[in-house]
Amino acid sequence: MSGREGNMAEGEAKTVFHSVKLDPERCVGCTTCIKKCPTEAIRVRKGKASIIAERCIDCGECIRTCPNGAKLAVSDQLSMLGGYRVKIAVPAPALYSQYDEGQSVDRVLSGLLELGFDEVFEVAEAAELVTSATKALLADASLGLPRPLISSACPAVVRIIQLRFPSLIPNLVPLIPPMEAAARIVKERLHPGEEGVGVFFITPCAGKVTVTRSPLGYERSALDGVIGLKDIFLPLRAAMARAPERKLARAGRIGLEWARAEGESEAVGERRSISVDGIGNVIGVLEALENGKLEDLTYIEALACPAGCVGGPLTVENPYIAKTRLRKREAEAPASVTEPRPARSLDGLGWSSPVKARSAMVLSGNLDRALEMAEEILVLSAALPGLDCGSCGAPSCRALAEDIVRGHARQTDCIFKLRETIRKLAGELMAMEEMLPPGLDRE
Amino acid sequence: MTIRRSVPGDDFSQAGRASAELKRILASIGVDPRIVKRAAVAMYEAEMNMVIHAGGGLAEAVIHDGKVTMVLEDSGPGIPDLDLAMTEGWSTASDIYRELGFGAGMGLPNMKRNADEFHVESVVGKGTKVTMSIDIRSPEPRA
Ligand SMILES: Nc1ncnc2c1ncn2[C@@H]1O[C@H](COP(=O)(O)OP(=O)(O)OP(=O)(O)O)[C@@H](O)[C@H]1O
Ligand code: SF4
Ligand SMILES: [Mg+2]
Repeated sequence: MSGREGNMAEGEAKTVFHSVKLDPERCVGCTTCIKKCPTEAIRVRKGKASIIAERCIDCGECIRTCPNGAKLAVSDQLSMLGGYRVKIAVPAPALYSQYDEGQSVDRVLSGLLELGFDEVFEVAEAAELVTSATKALLADASLGLPRPLISSACPAVVRIIQLRFPSLIPNLVPLIPPMEAAARIVKERLHPGEEGVGVFFITPCAGKVTVTRSPLGYERSALDGVIGLKDIFLPLRAAMARAPERKLARAGRIGLEWARAEGESEAVGERRSISVDGIGNVIGVLEALENGKLEDLTYIEALACPAGCVGGPLTVENPYIAKTRLRKREAEAPASVTEPRPARSLDGLGWSSPVKARSAMVLSGNLDRALEMAEEILVLSAALPGLDCGSCGAPSCRALAEDIVRGHARQTDCIFKLRETIRKLAGELMAMEEMLPPGLDRE
Repeated sequence: MTIRRSVPGDDFSQAGRASAELKRILASIGVDPRIVKRAAVAMYEAEMNMVIHAGGGLAEAVIHDGKVTMVLEDSGPGIPDLDLAMTEGWSTASDIYRELGFGAGMGLPNMKRNADEFHVESVVGKGTKVTMSIDIRSPEPRA
């Protein structure tokens, strides 16, 4: 589908990698997903859904809503480990929330070793460093960063800002996310210059798979593979049962908290902050901020998934049960990481390339032409029935109008318009019949 | 192009629709995000004032000739002292609206700050008309 919607800004890649994909075999064209997509990126054409790549933010909302399991996240498989001499797992703290409290974090991590990893490094440990760096940014007014700062840890949030709220790009925390910080610590400090080291992130979401291929704020990811939590859940549980339990957990409460809603703001400790979870709610908050309403805040923690990463589309447990479990684990953990490794400088965690606005919502690169198109869309949508029924394959009548003006759909894709057209044609046929030449008229 | 929307005074859940639509359209035609934000703030504040202080009204935005002109007109109670109303922090908003986060007395000053041209006409007992325009080709507000 890449390039279908056209109008890419210069320099924007034509082929965009996305982890979220459609399985055409399973898709029955039911249109359930099209209305749930927060960027109106899905259309149903010829009975199958398709994703407009330039608009997809990999939030995984469609994976969650598809009743037929036709939306998938492409991630790496455990078999990939074979290609590396030293295999290191970097699990997201959300992983711990998937198993009940009877299973200690030590046991979960021991299970990973049993599965074939040689070492583990907890993302939660790196999250604590990102916490300190975020605090430093918030404390230093001389940096001239706007307020409120918006956390950039959730890639789906960064992408929706690029696409729908570009005026808020300067508000993003210019730091790499904890999983990337973890991978860099492993490669640059624990195994500097070594060959054959493979670092594998265990992810709760598709967005983090995508971001390792097309990073936001840095050029290249230090990760070698990303394994979906859902894929590893059962084999890991089996491995946990047979593994000898070793003392491996190091992360403290501050790092663990990042996996759930409110955790990040609690960790950062900003008094005038807001925590928002679920992509619809995130959009609402960003909308209010853009309207100039939340400017007395200093920090916004925004997570695309319900309850935060513990509710990621690749998790298996109910988000709120998982969140409660995580809280229990936090209560048992020390506040801070045990035996902290020397803190990295802010430079090491800062962005090295700019995050830019994405122009997939722009109608044309030429303002006058775009204005003409916007006007046509307005006129066309007013002529459509306004039922937003989805039968045309677009999420709303306005979206169909836009597709028509962009040249990707026809007015008769609307069943009501089609019926109107048929009725009109039928009327004309009748009228023509009346006009039979007198010689044939046998009345 | 012209966008015309009536802003209901009795349905708070609808409030902000007109400014959201204007924002979406400006973004879709490729206007600089900083200008989109200024237009969104100005239109939103004016729209909310009609909801909170005037029982609704009519919102209109015209995009033409390199600028967007926003006209928000109501038949509410009018503003008795315009200079006072334009003062930062001055507000007559009721407690209910204050609880919802309005009533800081910043709306009118914000409109003036964000718009390139700003004008209010108000007649007590008849209504209020706010007219604002923003150049959509240059990001900084004209001083
Ligand atoms: N459309 C209107 N009709 C009647 N009175 C108005 C209208 N718009 C503003 N006012 C009056 O002007 C005052 C100041 O308006 P302004 O928008 O600056 O602040 P506010 O609406 O009270 O608070 P805020 O905008 O910060 O939520 C209002 O409290 C109200 O008394
Ligand atoms: S909230 Fe967490 S799990 Fe969900 S998309 Fe964002 S980063 Fe991924
Ligand atoms: Mg106001």
